[in-house]
Amino acid sequence: MSGPVAAVRRIGNLVTEGVWRLGFAARFFMLVLLYSGQSLRRVHLTIREIYFSGVLSLLIIVVSGLFVGLVLGLQGYETLQRFGSGDAVGVLVALSLTRELGPVMAALLFASRAGSAVTAEVGLMKTTEQLKAMDMMAVNPIARVVAPRFWGGVIAMPLLAAIFTSMGIFGGWLIGVVVIGVDPGAFWSQMQSAVDFRYDIMNGMIKSFVFGIAVSLIAVFEGFDCHPTAEGISRAITRTVVSSALAILAIDFVLTSFMFRGTS
Amino acid sequence: MSRSTLDLWVGIFVVIGIGALFFLALRVGNVSSVNLAEAYTVQAEFDNIGGLKVRAPIKSAGVVVGRVNAIRFDIHTYRAVVEMNIAPEFEFPRDTIASILTSGLLGEQYIGLDPGGDVENLANGDKLQITQSAIVLEKLIGQFLFDRAGATNE
Repeated sequence: MSGPVAAVRRIGNLVTEGVWRLGFAARFFMLVLLYSGQSLRRVHLTIREIYFSGVLSLLIIVVSGLFVGLVLGLQGYETLQRFGSGDAVGVLVALSLTRELGPVMAALLFASRAGSAVTAEVGLMKTTEQLKAMDMMAVNPIARVVAPRFWGGVIAMPLLAAIFTSMGIFGGWLIGVVVIGVDPGAFWSQMQSAVDFRYDIMNGMIKSFVFGIAVSLIAVFEGFDCHPTAEGISRAITRTVVSSALAILAIDFVLTSFMFRGTS
Repeated sequence: MSRSTLDLWVGIFVVIGIGALFFLALRVGNVSSVNLAEAYTVQAEFDNIGGLKVRAPIKSAGVVVGRVNAIRFDIHTYRAVVEMNIAPEFEFPRDTIASILTSGLLGEQYIGLDPGGDVENLANGDKLQITQSAIVLEKLIGQFLFDRAGATNE
């Protein structure tokens, strides 16, 4: 086969492969939803997954949230004081965290901390033919293995985002009020008058819920779909992290353009 | 790890998460702000709305009582029609004056309501009759320069 023809073939193959995988992912999502009734009834399975993806991600979420808040406080104050409005640092920290950084950063960390682990676990189960064995014993692997992991991630994600945002605001408070010496009354009252619960906080929570669905679905799907080899698992984990990050950023853009249309 | 410790940790996690949400709701945001779910809508026509935007606050005596719902341009009168959502607990007389004001020198623009003395209150869908447009800085400076020129000529 000569060069150009092979190249065109490769592109065509990549496109059909991508479309095929997308279709399979959609069908897989439907299957997960269909069989999730069973996993929600056996709630201890889901609780176990909330432990593995939520509780164990707590440390990285808390620490990164704190540092993001500290940096936002420093940088925000640095810029705002040029306009003589250093008091508004609380507003800046709270709005950027509740609207964007909280959900997005928490989802990115969650994808690399918990999503990759889920992919590895499901992928290894597939490679060692545990999923097939379950099928043989008339245990549906989607209901027993996939759905609890999916729901565990979906439940853990908004909680982690809320914790990340709170820690970030705490970090901003540490820098703004404790270190720099912004008046605490102005810090909190300006923040409270600028942040609206329904508009800012609830929209951020909706975002993190959607991210939770996207990341969990990608994680379980890549694990379920991986090539049953050692190399296949490692590729699946890489794909989980990469496509989760892309999906999070793309979905974030779409949701932001719906939610915050520059109207306020 | 045994199942009960696992449940305990998940319970702690959920409590921390919900606690964080409560912190955001009570300390960071303002839940107690005006409830616009059952708000009534009032319209007002302005010659010029300046930089007023949708969702801008509506204040009376400095207290937020509602938000701007929509801004339209009326092609027959060539005026701006501003639709305001006002929380149901705040009732205003029918001859209330709406004016577009600015908070601070560079602050956002909002609608100020000055209640009149009418015995009847505004209802859903009513139109405010007396309005005062936004002050446009360029016009103000132009007026000032014009006056100064007139004064020096005399």
